[in-house]
Amino acid sequence: MIDEPVLHDTDTLEVNLGPQHPSTHGVFRMNVKLEGETIVSLKPIMGYLHRNHEQIAENMSYLGSMPYTDRLDYFNSMSNNFGYALAVEKLANIEVPERAQYIRVIMAELTRLVNHVSVIGFLLNDLGAFFTPILYAFREREKILDIFEEIAGSRMMCNYLRFGGLKLDLPPSVLDRIKKIVQGFPKFLDEFEGLLTKNEILCMRCQNVGILPYDLAVSASITGPMARASGVNYDIRKIDGYSIYNRLKFRVPLGKVGDVYDRYMIRILEMRQSVWILEQVLKEIPEGPIINPKMAAFAKAPRNFKPPKGEAYGRVEAPKGELGFYLVSDGTPQPWRYHVRAPSFINLTVLEDLCIGHKVADAIIILGSIDIVLGEVDH
Amino acid sequence: MIFLDQIFVNSKKAILNLASAFLPTDAILIVSALISIGAIAAFGPFTMMYLTWFERKLVGRIQNRIGPNRVGIFGLLQPIADGIKMLTKEDIVPAGADKVVHFLAPVVVVIPALLVFSVVPFGRNMVAIDLNIGLLFFLAVSAMTTIAIFMGSWASRNKFSLLGGMRTVAQLVSYEVPMVLAAVPAILASGSLSTVDIVEAQGGWNGLKWFVFTPWGFVGFLMFYLCGVAECNRTPFDIPEAESEIVAGFHTEYSGMKFALWYMAEFMSVFTISALTATLYLGGYQGPWLPSWAWFMIKTYALVFVMMWFRGTLPRLRVDQMMGLAWKFLLPLTLINILVTGLWYFTSGLGLRLGLSIGILLVSSWVLVLFNRPYMPEKRVYEFAE
Repeated sequence: MIDEPVLHDTDTLEVNLGPQHPSTHGVFRMNVKLEGETIVSLKPIMGYLHRNHEQIAENMSYLGSMPYTDRLDYFNSMSNNFGYALAVEKLANIEVPERAQYIRVIMAELTRLVNHVSVIGFLLNDLGAFFTPILYAFREREKILDIFEEIAGSRMMCNYLRFGGLKLDLPPSVLDRIKKIVQGFPKFLDEFEGLLTKNEILCMRCQNVGILPYDLAVSASITGPMARASGVNYDIRKIDGYSIYNRLKFRVPLGKVGDVYDRYMIRILEMRQSVWILEQVLKEIPEGPIINPKMAAFAKAPRNFKPPKGEAYGRVEAPKGELGFYLVSDGTPQPWRYHVRAPSFINLTVLEDLCIGHKVADAIIILGSIDIVLGEVDH
Repeated sequence: MIFLDQIFVNSKKAILNLASAFLPTDAILIVSALISIGAIAAFGPFTMMYLTWFERKLVGRIQNRIGPNRVGIFGLLQPIADGIKMLTKEDIVPAGADKVVHFLAPVVVVIPALLVFSVVPFGRNMVAIDLNIGLLFFLAVSAMTTIAIFMGSWASRNKFSLLGGMRTVAQLVSYEVPMVLAAVPAILASGSLSTVDIVEAQGGWNGLKWFVFTPWGFVGFLMFYLCGVAECNRTPFDIPEAESEIVAGFHTEYSGMKFALWYMAEFMSVFTISALTATLYLGGYQGPWLPSWAWFMIKTYALVFVMMWFRGTLPRLRVDQMMGLAWKFLLPLTLINILVTGLWYFTSGLGLRLGLSIGILLVSSWVLVLFNRPYMPEKRVYEFAE
């Protein structure tokens, strides 16, 4: 009886990281089992911010849910608007005037700058840098948000796009300010990278941590910078060429390893590409109307807008990945079905695979590098 | 000059002379001790208060903002406002916590932080007690912090606290070893463990014969300072209280004045570690022209400034990387540094000394870097798809 081997197993420690935790980026909870400091299992628990987004939209006029799309990913309301507008325009076959297309692209790319720069700031916060990178990131973000405030009336909940065009035109003074921001941005990026990219601690912490292999990225339908960091050449702007993207010149940066460092670098490189896109668009922006005259009336009276029966899926390359809106119309002023393909939510599904075997500190930066916004995860 | 240099010492003597007029001789000893104790007990917390203000101002500047500026000019009364806030806050003890230990831990942590002030030579003749084992006393007493931190983390009955406590014990015990070894060259060179003797040994060359100007002194200074940063749980070694990972580490469950005591201990040890680094390698109060205590304060605050600069710039290391740094890099290098110090004193001729010590140190650190290759950052090239 005494011969039985005595197991000197230490207990695993079960810790709930979240929903109240400084680094879960909102009310997200990770149920983590730890062996010392090493993670043996991780269960993501979401839904604390669930607010019936789709059901609400199905009981509203089409335009009525435009402001609701702002609340999905509240960092990037312009791209959310863009995706939704594309879906409805596809559903009802609406033409968009040239100037509106250009302004939409400007806004989408400015949003990408806002998102990437703050994600990198937050990632560094997760790494333990005491707020310095994020405050510099927020300084740049603030300039862009000021532009949004001036043209749309709100800094984050922009509600700027309309079906077939835009709510308001861009005054020349704002255009000049955007040009100034775009000119200054590469300099800021150089400075930012000077502090971060070659920092030994950052490299040690981020390299070869949370590796997402190419195959897993494809089979889990990961999109956006996260997929591109794993080497998946998938950018909706290139594939669909929606709006005027097929006329613009830009390149898609691809990573090889797919770790946290690659995700960080891909975002930096994408910002540089966005600046390039903005330079082209700002040079070529034409004069003209900003909304399809047929749709201008509906912007005032949204309940009169009844798209024909049918279905449509509109998607954009949102800063976090493929943001898609699936709409089914039954000819009434309300969509019969409204579905959001939220990139944060789908990218989050691989969290457990990435974290197992790493330390607690790594789980935090892996979550930070996935780039989630809880408004979008728990729509 | 001498008047300014000895101003504090002479004022203490004046008080004692005054007291001796109407007190017996035995009581004078007690008064003398009380003056020293009172000065330290006032200086420690006062330093802590203004270090919090200084850090907030400095990190604010680093981060392109102003920092505290509402209370008093330049926010100079901010620490007092903070103190009042801390005192009036509700004191929360978690349900199921060990109440006695939970209360004792922050008290216990402040005591060693204050005790170590007693062997710090603030200026010429300005040391509370010149122990002949001063340095050993300092290192031994400051090691007691580990127990207090673990008490607090265990008594809090919180998993984040417990994780923080485990990290603390691992970190402080590991860094204790290279820290002591990094102090050995200074002991070898001065032939004494007394902090005053160590400073006096650096007095040549018009007060500029600091150990840091020799190769082994330079390496020892860097090693000792780095371990000191880790001993005070400062960035980039602040993993016991890593905010983004384990909320606040060992002091997660502390609020009000108890929390303030944790902070007081941390900031006082920031000061004392900087002071000891200055004493061991930067010549302590030695220096030309200025009064000795001014030199000491300049050096100490320069080191404190660098610690805060770290905080404003660097991310945090991971647990295993930090332990790796202590055991795989700092420990061997400090041992080699002791050897180099020995060679320095057993060889003659400046060229031979310099060549031998710099050579050994460079080669050995290069070898250590080679051994630690797998942990070094790699360079990456990114491709672009059209």
